[in-house]
Amino acid sequence: MEAVSLKKDKFIIAGRNFKSRLIVGTGKYKNMSQCAKAVKLSGASIVTVAVRRVNISDKRKALLMDYIDPKKITYLPNTAGCFNSKDALRTLRLAREIGGWKLVKLEVLGDKKNLFPDMIETLKSTEVLSREGFKVMVYCNDDPLMAKRLENAGACAIMPLAAPIGSGLGIQNDTNIKIIRKQTKVPLIIDAGLGQASDATIAMELGCDGVLVNTAIAKATKPFNMALAFKNAVIAGRQSYLSGRIQKNLMGSASSPSKGII
Amino acid sequence: MKKIKKIKIKINGSFKFIKDNTNLSDLLKTLKIPLKKVAIELNQEILDKKKLNKQILRNNDKIEIVHFIGGG
Repeated sequence: MEAVSLKKDKFIIAGRNFKSRLIVGTGKYKNMSQCAKAVKLSGASIVTVAVRRVNISDKRKALLMDYIDPKKITYLPNTAGCFNSKDALRTLRLAREIGGWKLVKLEVLGDKKNLFPDMIETLKSTEVLSREGFKVMVYCNDDPLMAKRLENAGACAIMPLAAPIGSGLGIQNDTNIKIIRKQTKVPLIIDAGLGQASDATIAMELGCDGVLVNTAIAKATKPFNMALAFKNAVIAGRQSYLSGRIQKNLMGSASSPSKGII
Repeated sequence: MKKIKKIKIKINGSFKFIKDNTNLSDLLKTLKIPLKKVAIELNQEILDKKKLNKQILRNNDKIEIVHFIGGG
């Protein structure tokens, strides 16, 4: 029997094999326990995290590490909230210091309203971080030229947006994503802008290696159900992509044989 | 009686008065900071967490202590 299993289908980033092709963010949840449960249900092996000041005056505040064990789930420190290369580098150097994290997500934003990435600062930062030995997964625009430049600068994964962060619009430019797919040799992960599980399936069917989702799960009416839906959607999309879809035809083609019609 | 000299430092954006000649390791212990879960910057330079006891704080030093929180 032909294998239906995806066991042999490896998802490798910077030399490490990850079980799930779904990466989830840990922001925007009502509380830590809701976040931890959603992460668990999503089956994600990687979660993005932010670097922020410790609350000195209120130490009773729950710590993320008490809810999600970084030994079991890979923490992917992110530079969310950074609007220039200097701040992004500072953030990731600090992140590395917390516990030796070298696999990081670079995100340098250029506009506070639409949250589009500043690709010039992003490229500059990618070059510096790669030289410093970081393994950089790079959030970027869906621009094939910039995506190629990032790859050439040493990015270990290219992560174009589907639509603005938190917008829930789904993939807006599948042509660009297809072109980026064709040219990209490192993992290609859709990051930001997904709204529902089927958006993730579409991303996977376009041939992307993974998806990164935060708001669509955290802000769903039922985050736990949505986490599960995304898990299944990513698996379905990957399986569909690997199965080789049929050609699109203008006209119909009957599923039942015409021979023996009464 | 000899008056204890105090210095002013800024820690995570807030001013704090501490005894002169305090080392960073002692300060973090007083603040009950879980060292394994944080990174520390002194005047924008990242410090080696193993050498904090050798770091004597000076007037106007700026300390940043960061950790991981939920994020996208």
